[in-house]
Amino acid sequence: MVAAIDRKLLRDLFNLRGQVITIALVCACGIASYASVLGTYESLLYARDAYYERQRFADVFAYLKRAPDALLARIQDIPGVSLAYGRILQPVKVPIEGLTEPAQGQAISLPATGEPPLNGVHLVEGRLPETGREDEALLLEAFAKAHKLRPGDHIPVVLNGVLRSFRITGIAMSPEYVFSVPPGEMLADPLRFAVLWLNQEVLAAAYQMEGAFNDVLVKLQPGASESAVIVELNALLDPHGCMGAYGRDKQLSHNVVKSELGSLKAMAKVLPVIFLAVAAFLVNVVLSRLVQLQRQQIAVLKAVGYRDRDIGLHYLKLVSVILLIGALLGLAFGVWIGRYFTDLYIKFFAFPDLRYISDPGVLGTALLVSVVTAVIGALASARTVMRLPPAEAMRPEAPAIYRRALSEVLKLQALFGDSARMVLRELERRPLRTLLSALGIAFSVALLVSGRFMFDSIDLLMNVVFEGAQREDVIVVFSEAVPERAMREIGHLPGVLRVEGLRVVPVRVRFGHRTRDVQLMGYGDRAQLRRVMDDRGRVYLPPREGVMLSSELAKVLNVGLGQRVRVELLEGERQKSELAVTGIVDDLIAMFGHMRLDNLNRLMREQSRVSMAALSVDPRRYGELRDALTDRPAVLGISRREHLIEQFKRQTADQMHVFTFIVTAFASIIAIGVVYNNARVSLSMRSRDLASLRVLGFRRGEISAVLLGELALEVLLGLPPGMLIGKLLAIGMMSGIDTEQYRFPVVISAQTYAYAAVVTLGAALVSALLVRRKLDKLDLIAVLKTRE
Amino acid sequence: MANPATVEQTVRYRSANAVLVGNALTKVYRMGEVNVHALRGIDIALYEGELMVLLGASGSGKSTLLNILGGLDVPTEGRVVYRDQDLTSADNDQLTAFRRDHVGFVFQFYNLIPSLTARENVALVTEIAPNPITPEAALDLVDLGERLDHFPAQLSGGEQQRVAIARAVAKQPDMLMCDEPTGALDAATGRIVLEVLERVNRELGTTTAIITHNAPIAAMADRVVTLADGLIKQEGYNSQKKPVREIVW
Ligand SMILES: Nc1ncnc2c1ncn2[C@@H]1O[C@H](COP(=O)(O)OP(=O)(O)OP(=O)(O)O)[C@@H](O)[C@H]1O
Ligand SMILES: [Mg+2]
Repeated sequence: MVAAIDRKLLRDLFNLRGQVITIALVCACGIASYASVLGTYESLLYARDAYYERQRFADVFAYLKRAPDALLARIQDIPGVSLAYGRILQPVKVPIEGLTEPAQGQAISLPATGEPPLNGVHLVEGRLPETGREDEALLLEAFAKAHKLRPGDHIPVVLNGVLRSFRITGIAMSPEYVFSVPPGEMLADPLRFAVLWLNQEVLAAAYQMEGAFNDVLVKLQPGASESAVIVELNALLDPHGCMGAYGRDKQLSHNVVKSELGSLKAMAKVLPVIFLAVAAFLVNVVLSRLVQLQRQQIAVLKAVGYRDRDIGLHYLKLVSVILLIGALLGLAFGVWIGRYFTDLYIKFFAFPDLRYISDPGVLGTALLVSVVTAVIGALASARTVMRLPPAEAMRPEAPAIYRRALSEVLKLQALFGDSARMVLRELERRPLRTLLSALGIAFSVALLVSGRFMFDSIDLLMNVVFEGAQREDVIVVFSEAVPERAMREIGHLPGVLRVEGLRVVPVRVRFGHRTRDVQLMGYGDRAQLRRVMDDRGRVYLPPREGVMLSSELAKVLNVGLGQRVRVELLEGERQKSELAVTGIVDDLIAMFGHMRLDNLNRLMREQSRVSMAALSVDPRRYGELRDALTDRPAVLGISRREHLIEQFKRQTADQMHVFTFIVTAFASIIAIGVVYNNARVSLSMRSRDLASLRVLGFRRGEISAVLLGELALEVLLGLPPGMLIGKLLAIGMMSGIDTEQYRFPVVISAQTYAYAAVVTLGAALVSALLVRRKLDKLDLIAVLKTRE
Repeated sequence: MANPATVEQTVRYRSANAVLVGNALTKVYRMGEVNVHALRGIDIALYEGELMVLLGASGSGKSTLLNILGGLDVPTEGRVVYRDQDLTSADNDQLTAFRRDHVGFVFQFYNLIPSLTARENVALVTEIAPNPITPEAALDLVDLGERLDHFPAQLSGGEQQRVAIARAVAKQPDMLMCDEPTGALDAATGRIVLEVLERVNRELGTTTAIITHNAPIAAMADRVVTLADGLIKQEGYNSQKKPVREIVW
């Protein structure tokens, strides 16, 4: 048996169904964004942590030239180290069929015991190479999939200049390659990047590394200080040509995963708050109107003996029902989107068992949060209800007090018609609601902006990087630095239109007690292809003397122009010297010290040498050039800008389109929710005025203009702050990204702003039309007869 | 009491039990700078089982007085005592409980909940009252047994007012407070409504106070109190109550 007061609740809900649905949807978006984004975040986090744990992913990494196995014992003795493991890691070429240039590869040694003690492999298929077998290899799943390779197939690998063929015994995943980026690059390229695990003896024999290792993995004891271990490790490894030990945060794959988790978490915090704030606002608008309409009913309930708290609870129940409907919808929808998001990540991240886990905690929190939202939204009205004296409410509400609108006082009325005057008066009469409505609209605009600005940022990044800074068609990386005169020889190769030598040297830069391992880039005198460019597309020449730092690096080191940094080379003789900071540039990727090539070579105490060549190439003759280059042992790899661009686009596109679509849908729901509810409330508050106007002879169009004019004005008011908030949101969402890797410029194009405005206006229009239908059906007699 | 009619009547009423007593009641509404003195010191009592009619010009303080007696409002000064419970010091919750347990209200504009049917409007009260009759029985009492499931919008004004009376009596209140129950009705419909009140007063013995602008209606009362400018101007007793059907206005 439903109590009479609860029947009232159900019937009120039914009568308000338009508003109930729109508010529930806004709330649903909040809960859905919370459940999906947080769920995806937790799923990823869980998959990652479980995987790292199971495969014993190392905490500290160091790559070096060569060190005797005996050194491992000393590493093991560093306080805080729980396990140290040395292995051989070699860049190799994989001249596989179907690719125009050989794929880059990493060959990793497998110990005689089979499973590596750290950075273990997760077998997807097949088995590990048998100990003692010299022709067996385990292959990274991403590459195997891209080339449809299976256990039993053969794969060609160039080991130290010798082409060999290995039989694939198994397909594996590795925590080191969750996101498989070739070393020194920033894009995943499963087609062109192979990781192979070979038996230790094979690699040792091919690279004369018997009894030695060139790559160290360290597992820390719980609670040990990573930086302290790195310092000790560097001290031990420096004499062995170490380029600087680094923690997980700088491990390429981990860094990408971490960045992604960071932005998910930021989003999980921001998105639901926006939706729930809007939902609370809508609840407030609708409920305060409802309470106003039901003053008499509230008074009666009080008069016949319902307590203030019973009645307060009654209205709270009403909004709770709305928001619970929203929460349940949101949860169902959120789990669905969460699954979808998580599945999307399976494309990017090779986790063995990544799947969406719906956490009951998330469910409980979502329900709780929606009730809290209801309470917040209902608070003001609940106070009104409580305060309403039962006797006082027996009288009909006093007529609303209108003042002459400011615009009228300012004698602007000549500019507007009658309808416009009514619109302005109404808006000025309830400035707070107008303001909050505009704010709601602003949120919708902001969401749309934040959902789309990534396209702009990436466009800009691509523009700066690929059109301005890296204009070469092909980059050739040498395995050792070569004399600069070799460039002339390359210049004569078929199809080469221009060649520029570059030198890249890994260094440890120190200022005060701060240090970073970065790269010094040396540019030739007349460099045209590789250039230093800032986020606004301005080209910088490397300074005549000293070094120009990435502004991010200057910030990390806390060093300013004119100060001197200490630089330790991480290759060759490992000279230490000092360099004056003669420039700081807001470049976008990684952290560099930009120098003139001759200055860099002087620092190295070497005659002019280069480690990379940037080529401008006649595309028709690219094939010939590639063949000519591939055969050279000094050439470690060739990469084409075209591939990079394509890869970049592919990597970002999928994910962003889905995200943008969902945000657009959500933002539209906010816009519809705000506009529709405001319109309904305005309609209910003013139906008498409007009906009177009709009776006085105004046409439908004219009275629609009065009501819809208000809405239009609110929407227009919301646009500019929306764009501003959108920018702030965008900045917030970018804050999860590791700025030492990328500095995505938060730029927002005119198209994005236009898109946000158009979608919001469209949503507003849809809701305006819905309300207009009601307006057109306005029953004059009924409205004028009813007593409020 | 200002103006007792006859000794006989005075004796009859003084000996009856006072259900509710108001002493030196004043009510001042503060309207910005101006103070409106709605009641200027009223002593009044409601006696067990009586039907009292309150007359007075518009603005004389009738509604204010009834609201205070019914526990809808509190006086600025003075005391209200219900049987042996002093309502003067009652807090909001105690007043609410007082209204819920002892008072039935009938308002000029019916004030039914539009989203509830006749039966549900009555149930709204019976569900929280300590000693109610069923909504159906209450609606039978006002001859609306056939219209149980109609919404207020489907009832005429008189029918709505009868539902309101059913709602007020269904809890079997000790007192019925009616503020211009016929104010919005035509004479014929008003008569039906008053007949219902008369019957409830007679059959259930419910102490009843009725505010009206129509002086002839006072003929149905045991006692007539007339207010003017916040004071009791006149109080009288009808030796012969007239049945409502015989009253003309
Ligand atoms: N809430 C209020 N605020 C200010 N003044 C009030 C308020 N309620 C009543 N008054 C004033 O108190 C006086 C008495 O009002 P009350 O409603 O009791 O009169 P009434 O006798 O019921 O009149 P009517 O026959 O018109 O209903 C009036 O002058 C009225 O203006
Ligand atoms: Mg009155």
